[in-house]
Amino acid sequence: MTLKIHKLLADGKPSKEAIDTFMEENPTFPLVEDTSVTFVYRGEADGVLLQHFIYGLETSQPFERAEDTDFFYLVLELPPQSTLQYKLNVIRGSEHRWILDPLNHERARDPFGANSVVRTVGSGRPEWTLPDSEARPGDLVRVSVQSEVFNQERHVVLYLPARFRRNRRYPLLVVHDGHDYLRFSDVKTVFDNLIHRLEVAPMIVALTNANERLTEYPDNPKHAKHITEEVVPVLEKDWPLRSEAAYRGLMGASFGGVASLSTAWRYPGFYGRLLLQSGSFAFTDIGSNPRGPAFDPVVKFVNAFRKAPGRPSERVFVSCGTYETLIYENRSMVPLLQATGMDVKYVEARDGHNWVNWRDRLRVGLSWLFPGPLWMVYE
Amino acid sequence: MESMILFGPQRLHPILRPELDRLGLSGGVAVITAGWQEREREDEELQKHLDRPLSNLCLHSRAEQVFSSDPELFAAHRARQDRLQAIQQLYRYRLDFVLEPARELMRRGGNPELLDWERDSAIEAIRLLDREHLMRMAEVHEGFERQWRPTRRASVADHLSELREIVDQSSAVLIAGGHVAVLLNRMRLFGVADMIREKPVLAWSAGAMALAERIVLFHDSPPQGAGNPEVLDVGLGLYRGLIPLPHAKRRLRLEDPVRVALFARRFSPDTCVPLDEKMSVRRAALGVGWEPGAGSLELTASGRVVPLGDGL
Repeated sequence: MTLKIHKLLADGKPSKEAIDTFMEENPTFPLVEDTSVTFVYRGEADGVLLQHFIYGLETSQPFERAEDTDFFYLVLELPPQSTLQYKLNVIRGSEHRWILDPLNHERARDPFGANSVVRTVGSGRPEWTLPDSEARPGDLVRVSVQSEVFNQERHVVLYLPARFRRNRRYPLLVVHDGHDYLRFSDVKTVFDNLIHRLEVAPMIVALTNANERLTEYPDNPKHAKHITEEVVPVLEKDWPLRSEAAYRGLMGASFGGVASLSTAWRYPGFYGRLLLQSGSFAFTDIGSNPRGPAFDPVVKFVNAFRKAPGRPSERVFVSCGTYETLIYENRSMVPLLQATGMDVKYVEARDGHNWVNWRDRLRVGLSWLFPGPLWMVYE
Repeated sequence: MESMILFGPQRLHPILRPELDRLGLSGGVAVITAGWQEREREDEELQKHLDRPLSNLCLHSRAEQVFSSDPELFAAHRARQDRLQAIQQLYRYRLDFVLEPARELMRRGGNPELLDWERDSAIEAIRLLDREHLMRMAEVHEGFERQWRPTRRASVADHLSELREIVDQSSAVLIAGGHVAVLLNRMRLFGVADMIREKPVLAWSAGAMALAERIVLFHDSPPQGAGNPEVLDVGLGLYRGLIPLPHAKRRLRLEDPVRVALFARRFSPDTCVPLDEKMSVRRAALGVGWEPGAGSLELTASGRVVPLGDGL
């Protein structure tokens, strides 16, 4: 297959008119043609770099300039079903400007801003992540928990499923980095849709947040105590929740995955369901931790966990992107978790360490941990 | 033979009222919403749409009363449900092993003379398994009825005269969707089939499924599992010859000719009828066959979905 960009460049230097026509014929970029992805930038610049976050590829890749034009391009080979987040680094003189791709409307937001997103063949945005007018919406309610552990009042946002009833008892899922899951992973829409479609049981979701996640999340006993001995009891007192472990879960991504696992490890049997996304499960077999001081408590925990995992939960869902540096650690974690006798499901995706990846894995994870009455209910 | 009309979901675009009007049924109606479980009494939207007096039989809450006042019957009911679930699980294991070869043979190209025989045989293996499964389920119910005779127990009988009176005074009986097994159990417990046999019945989604001779569960693309359609149980048997498929657009890959053809052939001679929003199908006069209602379709052995009646 001849790529469109190669047709444009077939006769050497393309004319301004030919470039104009090319841009008009292809109103959005990058162009995805089979496994080839063509990025384009048009404008005054001394150079353009693609800045991306795929582990395994050079993170900074230079565009080529069509001779004597303001047209820059780069062709990247990516496997099908891949999702890539990126920015363009536009260089003028000594100035380097990292910008969103002006020719690409798909964006992913995160706590640091936003990235442009490109998806290869077979990797469209799942329709269940988009608002569905047929889905009854749940509610978000803010509740306060007075924490003796942290000596302060903490706030939790509760997701209550549509048609919530006080006379019914619900499973509870405690989510780490809940505010970010709401903002960047559309979890309210996801829960509304998956519950409406009967794929996930109606449940109450506690969206929690840490004040200092880098110190609270990596196996901090205070955090585990706060969640287990303060948050859960308050919620169980005030809301109609099932108290069996099979109906109580923890969820988190990255350091939030570590917090989920370490909390369950410190309270074995209390949480019957774990959803761990791209957990920062760094460990050392020998030598020191190369990831920096923030990871020291993580490595200490994961090394200890690997020595004596016990059986912290009943059912664990683990997901990780193959384009993130943590893929090795997550793959290593799976046989270890399985050996504890827990029921483990592991899913990989050609995606990075980001909130879109975590959002797009929620259907398979939640429906396995908290299956809804899909087969039995026809409303 | 009284009217029997089956509908797709009624939540977003209800079409019950025009059908009642068309049938000339202007009086009050009885409604069964036991499939909604603890939300059984939340029938305000339905009442508003129907714009006529509505009496809810409240079978779900009546069953709760029965179970709390008659622990012996409740224990027997639980034991039966556990047994049914165990049989269902065993059936599923076997189903996995007969469905996939049939799908593969339907997909595979080759000499039709050789292939057709193998396909027929593979589909017959599924049909045989489905038949055996239904027989086992029916035996469990028969055994339960013989031993416990629920409608003769005081805990249940106390409700029956009231239920009969409501049904007798209603111009029609409406049966809503929801949890199909819960709905079926509650209707079975109170012997509803005999009460409503001589009444016009309008049923939608799980309500339509529960009245059939056999109940077929289906979802081609569930987030977990293979998505194998399965026979759940014998239904109340108030009509014959049709397998209702509510929410078919969302639940079935109707564009996949292999899945459509296999579905149609597996449950033949019954007609497999998608029932989505605004769709309905009517039992023909004299109770023989089915007439197209609003937008009715059927799955065909050729793998296409066609207007109801065109598949003949």
